[in-house]
Amino acid sequence: MLLALWELGSRFGLIPERVLAAPSTVAETFWALTVSGELPANLLVSLARAAAGLAIALAVAVSLGLLAGLSRWGETVVDPLMQIKRTIPSLALTPLFIVWFGIGETPKIALIAVATTFPIYLNLFAGVRGIDVRLVEAARSFGLSGWSLVREVILPGALPSFFVGLRYALGVSVLVLVVAEQINAQAGLGHLINNARDFMRTDIIVVCLLVYALLGLGADALVRTLERRALAWRPSLVEQ
Amino acid sequence: MVQPRIRRRAFDTAAVPAVAPSASPSIAPAVKLNGFVRQFGENRVIDGLDLSIAPGEFVALLGASGSGKTTLLRTLAGLDPVGDQDVTTPSTRAVVFQDARLLPWKKVWRNVALGLKDKDVRARAEAALKEVGLGHRLDAWPSTLSGGEAQRTALARALVREPGLLLLDEPFAALDALTRLKMHDLVLNLWNEHRPAVLLVTHDVDEAISLADRVLVLNKGRIAAEEHIALERPRAPDARFQAIRRRLLGHLGVEAPASHEGALIAFPTGEAVQ
Ligand SMILES: Nc1ncnc2c1ncn2[C@@H]1O[C@H](COP(=O)(O)OP(=O)(O)OP(=O)(O)O)[C@@H](O)[C@H]1O
Ligand SMILES: [Mg+2]
Repeated sequence: MLLALWELGSRFGLIPERVLAAPSTVAETFWALTVSGELPANLLVSLARAAAGLAIALAVAVSLGLLAGLSRWGETVVDPLMQIKRTIPSLALTPLFIVWFGIGETPKIALIAVATTFPIYLNLFAGVRGIDVRLVEAARSFGLSGWSLVREVILPGALPSFFVGLRYALGVSVLVLVVAEQINAQAGLGHLINNARDFMRTDIIVVCLLVYALLGLGADALVRTLERRALAWRPSLVEQ
Repeated sequence: MVQPRIRRRAFDTAAVPAVAPSASPSIAPAVKLNGFVRQFGENRVIDGLDLSIAPGEFVALLGASGSGKTTLLRTLAGLDPVGDQDVTTPSTRAVVFQDARLLPWKKVWRNVALGLKDKDVRARAEAALKEVGLGHRLDAWPSTLSGGEAQRTALARALVREPGLLLLDEPFAALDALTRLKMHDLVLNLWNEHRPAVLLVTHDVDEAISLADRVLVLNKGRIAAEEHIALERPRAPDARFQAIRRRLLGHLGVEAPASHEGALIAFPTGEAVQ
């Protein structure tokens, strides 16, 4: 309905091409960009950035989350730092990162990593702390200790909470990607958008926006699938 | 670490009498506490307690709520620090808690195999689960088990280690009366089979008398009373049973009511599981 109105508006010149391209034009552009390989190539670059940032965030957040979750001194050392970090909006670090890391790939990946670390850390920490101590005790009474206790009891117990954090982090990573790619990108979706802006190609801009939205949805679907696999043991409140 | 199997030195399994002999001084006790003390802050829960359990002996522990039964059991399980006090227990101990405490993210057989390190753990877990009548639920998730099934899984998990001491903390309290009686039979059969020393914590005087060789009453941090139950198993609630029951209730400070559970106690024993 909205789409039809939009199409009609464009056809009759109510919505000028400069303001917003017609849906049909957008579809055509989407097809053209895909066939020419321009969209897939740039998408791949963006995905690689997000993946690199997330990988760093995962490694850091899981280490810190476990450290803080499993020991009192770990909590004393790590948690205040993370809470301070939380109060600084990650995107506000952009200028600083540009000064530190220049305008290449590093600041983009660093921004994504920094922004996604906290949600993963926080949820993992809460998950570890929220574990049922009676289960831990039972496992200890059957001879589990140290790393095997962490692997068999604490990590699986914290997993549901971890997934909440991961889902949130994936959403944030797309958001940060948009901003980070405004930094002099030579490739990637942001680069595509910047070029389109310079040539006032609203059709390309809309295509990129759609792809961003699809990325968000795709990320969510990915985590849901992982969750269903890893948490098969959980009786669900709602029938699948 | 390979769990050492406890050799059954003290008893010949094939010739186990229906009534186990009480601790004879020539056999080194499986459990020994001398003047044991445990306190939380100012609250001295266990206060100079002496306890000795022979290998293969089935002991039931009664006591009012808050009298320290769980505290004692946790000490014997090695879950609480004992400081420099002398606590003798077998090296292999296994606990069945009131709530089954199965790990919900592990299939039933993996719960039973928890912490075992040999290569044929699956086979051992399977055998143990068959023994408790759960051979068909090996690959089920714990959340899909009934209360009785969960408790039997917990029992299998304890027995698969061939413990020298089996610690049961009100394992049947949450079960309905009929399931509880089936569990009693199961526990007796398993005990006859594996011959661990058993400490059963319970609130149920009838349960204690129908299962144990010896019933202890915990009060004010010590063993306040002791009854040897020299009755043949299975035990019917006959006059001797009732006499013991009255004495124990007296020790617990309860006026003995006329037994209303006679019909339940007389439930036929045998292969009632399943
Ligand atoms: N970790 C603890 N910290 C402080 N006090 C404790 C702790 N554990 C037990 N207690 C106290 O020790 C006393 C004995 O507790 P315990 O759990 O051993 O009782 P119980 O005989 O098992 O009771 P119930 O039959 O209700 O299970 C109680 O007064 C309890 O409040
Ligand atoms: Mg208790």
